[in-house]
Amino acid sequence: MAAHAHESNTKRIWIVFGILSVITLVEVYLGIIKPEALHLHGPGTSWLNWIFIILTLAKAYGIAWVFMHLEGEKKWFRRSIVWTAVFLIIYLVTLLLIEGDYLYDTLAPLVKW
Amino acid sequence: MEANIAVPTNKKDTWNGGSVKPFGASYGKMMMWFFIVSDALTFSGFLAAYGLTRFKFIDSWPIADEVFTHVPFVHGDYPMIYVAIMTFILIFSSVTMVLAVDAGHQMKKNKVAWYMFATIIGGIIFVGSQAWEWGTFIKGTYGAVKTTDGKVLQFVKDGKQIALADFVTGERTDVREQHTRKNGLWFQSEGTISTYSVDQVVNAYKANPAIQVRTELIDLDKKQKTILSREEGAAQLAKTKMVIEGANLKVNEYGNTIFADFFFFITGFHGFHVLSGIIINIIIFFNVILGTYERRGHYEMVEKVGLYWHFVDLVWVFVFTFFYLV
Repeated sequence: MAAHAHESNTKRIWIVFGILSVITLVEVYLGIIKPEALHLHGPGTSWLNWIFIILTLAKAYGIAWVFMHLEGEKKWFRRSIVWTAVFLIIYLVTLLLIEGDYLYDTLAPLVKW
Repeated sequence: MEANIAVPTNKKDTWNGGSVKPFGASYGKMMMWFFIVSDALTFSGFLAAYGLTRFKFIDSWPIADEVFTHVPFVHGDYPMIYVAIMTFILIFSSVTMVLAVDAGHQMKKNKVAWYMFATIIGGIIFVGSQAWEWGTFIKGTYGAVKTTDGKVLQFVKDGKQIALADFVTGERTDVREQHTRKNGLWFQSEGTISTYSVDQVVNAYKANPAIQVRTELIDLDKKQKTILSREEGAAQLAKTKMVIEGANLKVNEYGNTIFADFFFFITGFHGFHVLSGIIINIIIFFNVILGTYERRGHYEMVEKVGLYWHFVDLVWVFVFTFFYLV
């Protein structure tokens, strides 16, 4: 609530909204046409999925930094929020996905199709 | 040290930590952020569990494009269009929210009120859309059958999925009727029974050589569900236990039941957040109109509900990706 408090950021807000919308449109477009080169190949999962994940993180960054105004908070307040969440989420997701993969390897051979 | 001691500087401020402001953030704003962090971890827990389950059933998971294909008032197959519209509505309501916060910084009461109002409307449209999405999912699209070993078999014609109603003919042959209090035991009732009996579906399949059976198994080279030959299909159909129409917590015509469970749980939990957000927004909206924040001298409450509202949007961005896109 310091120096930035009284100036209007309206223009910036609309620009960020434009960017978020364009990203969403690109995601939906790719999701509908599913280009084969991206959909059927890629490291770990498909290239398409990686594109979706990266675009999602870009959107999350836009929302958190501009809309939620993290950019204007004190550096270590911001870090106490972002680092905590990011670390714990990456930790949890990594473990659970590895476990899920293991479950597939173990149980899938037992399923008859 | 001072942060630990209740110094009676300004009596009004004592309840929210006195005049001490660690990191330059007010007590309320900081706690809203820390609540958001913990809530974000809850949502990550759900989404990570979804990820685990999906990895566990990676070769049979329903393909979202084939599940969410409806748009209200429009007939036909439009994968993802409606969810995309919902996403826009939510992002747009986030924009009006941030504009309200911005107007609050400039102490423009009317502008804050109007932007809050727009945000509330956006939220209501979103929750309504989600309810519609649930309704469509529960009602189902095509119908399928479930085998004794728990597999869901769907029906295709010329490679495209076809509804039971489009090829099953005649009357139920098993003389099965819906058990109600009127025609049965007055103290018992049963859930809805399927429109068609198992025999009816199997016979319709045998009678129509154009129909093929599609299993849940994904052909990993093409990322499409496997379509069985007529003979294989008949062999699978011989194991049919029940006809399923729609999805609920116990059966799911689109495939794995747990897909439906996660869908209801995650979008439901998110929808509940949106609902609470709308209610909190309405309260703040009335406070704005009544001039509460004008008298208080600042619109920080708008900023705090704004944080919550953006968080709900943020979560949706991830739900959208992991439920509908990936």
